[in-house]
Amino acid sequence: MKMAAKTTVLNLTEEEFVHPGNRACSGCGLSILYRIGLKALGRDCIFVVPPSCLTVMQGLFPIAATQMPVLNGTFASTAAIATGVKAAMRRLGRPTQVVAWAGDGGTSDIGIQALSGALERGEDIIYICYDNEAYMNTGVQRSGTTPQGSLTTTTPFSGKSEVGKNLPAIIAAHNPAYLATCSASYPLDFHDKLLKAKQIKGLKYLHVQTPCPPGWGIEEHMTVALGRAAVETGLFDLYEIEDGRMQLTGQSLQQLGNTGLRPVREYLEMQVRFKAFSDEQVAALQAQVDQRWSGYRDRFK
Amino acid sequence: MPDPRFKILTSASTSGPGDAGRTGSWRVERPVIDMSRCIPAKAGKHACHLCWLLCPDNVVSKDLEPEIDLEYCKGCGICAQECPVQAIAMVPDADFIEGAERE
Repeated sequence: MKMAAKTTVLNLTEEEFVHPGNRACSGCGLSILYRIGLKALGRDCIFVVPPSCLTVMQGLFPIAATQMPVLNGTFASTAAIATGVKAAMRRLGRPTQVVAWAGDGGTSDIGIQALSGALERGEDIIYICYDNEAYMNTGVQRSGTTPQGSLTTTTPFSGKSEVGKNLPAIIAAHNPAYLATCSASYPLDFHDKLLKAKQIKGLKYLHVQTPCPPGWGIEEHMTVALGRAAVETGLFDLYEIEDGRMQLTGQSLQQLGNTGLRPVREYLEMQVRFKAFSDEQVAALQAQVDQRWSGYRDRFK
Repeated sequence: MPDPRFKILTSASTSGPGDAGRTGSWRVERPVIDMSRCIPAKAGKHACHLCWLLCPDNVVSKDLEPEIDLEYCKGCGICAQECPVQAIAMVPDADFIEGAERE
């Protein structure tokens, strides 16, 4: 597949699909993603959204904050509903994109069964998981993807003791048509990966790390800076898997070069949720990141 | 327009701004742009526009002199943090209340 020309700030469309004054928190990472993501997806789209912060952002009757048709479903059936909507579109002969947009809890914990089924059937839908690493909408409870040592309201003292799920790896094991990881701090990268996903037939899965100011204990203005720190410390890698071949993209590809990685401590110290992290845990995490990246260097250099 | 026969049955929302009211009232500090430092305003041509790209609430315009819709700006300060030339300052909103005195 030929890589399309990169979108820049200057040629990104000025057309807006999300209205200001919605219910998202101040400094929400998801708001940035949603706004820029809709620019890539365009008007011919139907969204399927399970209970999540995104449902709240869509608005309550009588005002909707988005200009898109949105189907609010149940947690467990996001991918199944998207499958059904896509089948209806196929029957009507319309090329409409069906986009399932769910949180990490709705994807990794509750909705994984329906998603796994849709992956196995190879449904022609786009599935976006915005990973804010806990159940933020209901008040920061731990989820499957919450990283080890993170404080949440259900792990309030020493943090989560288990290791978080590597969700993209679980999806990759299903051999999807396209898989990409993105970050809310690199919205243009997300935009271009969505444009690419639109061209591919089969299930396209995008995993997006989304900093959450109230949930992660950061100041509102640090959302973008923190997402960038996660990528630059090597804790969150930007890559895409196409036809079973993995390659690093964007900032992570640059990190592989001479730029090198920032120490993970910088990222951890920016957030209140890692306050219970001990020095041994930081060293263990750093060793883990170094090991993964030395593997990347062997593979991609 | 939806079919009038189903109008009573469906609860279709109308798309529009201000679902959560005037979210400008959430703000404690407002962004103020110094046009003498702002890259597109200074150069007189379209460049940078990072504040427009990274604004979560779609309140910054993509003009040569960016304007901020203070009615809906939630005051998160991402624009001020990410501005490459530090042209945006976060100023307490209380300073803009007429007749108010600050200690």
